Amino acid sequence: MTAPLLSVRDLHVTYRSEAGPVPAVRGVSFDLHPGETLGLAGESGCGKSTIAGALLKVLPPGTEVTGEVLLDGEDVLQMKPGRLRAVRWTEMSIVFQGALHALNPVQRVGNQIEEAIETHRTTPAATARVAELLELVGLPARRAGDYPHQLSGGQRQRVLIALALACNPRVLIADEPTTALDVMVQAQVLELLERLQRELALSMIFITHDLSTLSYVCRRTAVMYAGRIVEEGPAEEVFAHPRHPYASALAAAFPLIGDHSHRMNPSGLPGDPPDPRAIPSGCPFHLRCAVVQPECPELDVELWPAGDGRRAACIHVLAGAAP
Amino acid sequence: MSFGYFSRKVLAALATLAFVVCFNFFLFRVVESDPVASLFRGRNLTPAQRLELRQEFGLDGSKGEQFVRYLQQTAQLNLGRSYRSNQPVSSEIRERAWPTIALVGVSTLFSAIFGILIGIVAAWRRRTKADYGWTGFSMATYSMPDFWLGMLLLISFAVALGWFPVGGITDTGSDATGVAKLFDQAHHMFLPALTLTLAYLGEYALVMRSSLLDTMREDYLTLARAKGLRDVVVRNRHAVPNALLPVVTLIAINFGFVLSGAIAVETIFSWPGLGLLTYDALKGPDLPMLQGLFLVFSAAVIFFNLVADLLYGFLDPRVRTP
Ligand SMILES: Nc1ncnc2c1ncn2[C@@H]1O[C@H](COP(=O)(O)OP(=O)(O)OP(=O)(O)O)[C@@H](O)[C@H]1O
Ligand SMILES: [Mg+2]
Repeated sequence: MTAPLLSVRDLHVTYRSEAGPVPAVRGVSFDLHPGETLGLAGESGCGKSTIAGALLKVLPPGTEVTGEVLLDGEDVLQMKPGRLRAVRWTEMSIVFQGALHALNPVQRVGNQIEEAIETHRTTPAATARVAELLELVGLPARRAGDYPHQLSGGQRQRVLIALALACNPRVLIADEPTTALDVMVQAQVLELLERLQRELALSMIFITHDLSTLSYVCRRTAVMYAGRIVEEGPAEEVFAHPRHPYASALAAAFPLIGDHSHRMNPSGLPGDPPDPRAIPSGCPFHLRCAVVQPECPELDVELWPAGDGRRAACIHVLAGAAP
Repeated sequence: MSFGYFSRKVLAALATLAFVVCFNFFLFRVVESDPVASLFRGRNLTPAQRLELRQEFGLDGSKGEQFVRYLQQTAQLNLGRSYRSNQPVSSEIRERAWPTIALVGVSTLFSAIFGILIGIVAAWRRRTKADYGWTGFSMATYSMPDFWLGMLLLISFAVALGWFPVGGITDTGSDATGVAKLFDQAHHMFLPALTLTLAYLGEYALVMRSSLLDTMREDYLTLARAKGLRDVVVRNRHAVPNALLPVVTLIAINFGFVLSGAIAVETIFSWPGLGLLTYDALKGPDLPMLQGLFLVFSAAVIFFNLVADLLYGFLDPRVRTP
């Protein structure tokens, strides 16, 4: 296997808030290989967007980030400001969550794309490149003159994708690119991303709370819970035969691609996702787990091998039995 | 700009103006039922003299006739004659408008520039000494009454130190022309303009600060940073222009109010503008003059509200484009 393009090692992110520190990501490691799509799934608040922000170091000032984000072996978290600005968007870019708020409402979308191109001077003909990018994502070039509010949700999402591709990044982080869209448009955007990934040989991190979507776009998937990865493995396997009880609940929540009716409360899963400021002891999932064991509240779970390239953080995996 | 938005705002402004014109008539009739009687109190007038005076001031005939005549005259910008000077109200107002416009214009310009800059510094360096210092300064000037601030400045810089004249617009008896005259006027304007600038700057700084703090939480700023822009570019190109929208509107609206709000400051510094004119008319009371001033002040507020709306539509594409 080739060396990973992006390698995240023991990433911890703690936000500062009025009510005290918020440990949103608590020790996450994963690798992304060239040309690969890695899925990142989990309930709202488990820390998915936080990871995306940490990779480009764009979290709010004062946020504590430790660990390593190695891009071709170079740690993004240790880069000098100038180097960091040069890496942003040319090496890694993000399709931000919430396309309505991610675009500046008082600037034409074409100018917002052009700004990225001109900042990095990737091509002298910025205007032509904007037209090319818009056509690449299936929008007519004249849409460059529109303001965000003049576009539909799906069109805005396409603009954000075009924007993310502006400087030919090697890694594309797509943060819930289909969540706010209706089912038809979701399928179109998914197809678009998949096509772009193939044609441009992108390495992609695809973030969603919807495991079924991941089984469609990714080869490998990681499931997060309370700021940690609790299961990882081939996407289809994780979706079809989850090993962690939380992954089972998540898989059961979205039997169909694009069904978001249970977003906040995956079916059959009692209780709420834990507050990052008060994470339960032992296995953080034990309070909501249907197959909880007496030792779970104390057991320090970690990702244990769970057969054919899979790992899961559950006592049942350690015991060798499927939950 | 879409015609719908534009025409809606203009129509609303015209309707408000029409209401104010009518209201103005009745307001001043309620205040004073027989101006001639009170104006010439203590003097023995013959009924014939009385009638003549009533005709002269346009007080003859029924209320309905008076109202129609008032509307006709107002439409021709004829606001009647001043009781005090016996000059046409409109020409006196026109003459006194320039000093006020100059004073308020200069003060608005400086309070806007410095208020906005202070707001930007305070928000961008929030929770630092710079923020606490500038925000405290803004609160202090914002809460100071302008007449009090004006007297303070007058006593210290004009009376005690003698750096500036105590009042007026030019030195008395001065026959300076050209640049010298301009310099003399600027010298006289300094203290009243400083008073008004300080009185309004605090509000602009506080509004700009909170508007920018709101904008800084927006996702598109994170995206702008992620694109690899420098922090100053993110601030100047994405944060500040968006945060300016409510401040620009506020400044335009305030301009209309400051025209009439300069009464206290103009009186303190004997600045011969509309504020001082109002003060003098109140002493009479010079009703036609007050009525005319009231109309002009209302019209200014309505007009600058309209300007604010149109400016907003021009600056914010969400309002301008369908
Ligand atoms: N700026 C911040 N300050 C304090 N806490 C924050 C901040 N941003 C996020 N959090 C908290 O960190 C946790 C993780 O947030 P994050 O946005 O990464 O979740 P997510 O997995 O992307 O959820 P979603 O599916 O809703 O997008 C949440 O509990 C959130 O409340
Ligand atoms: Mg998120």
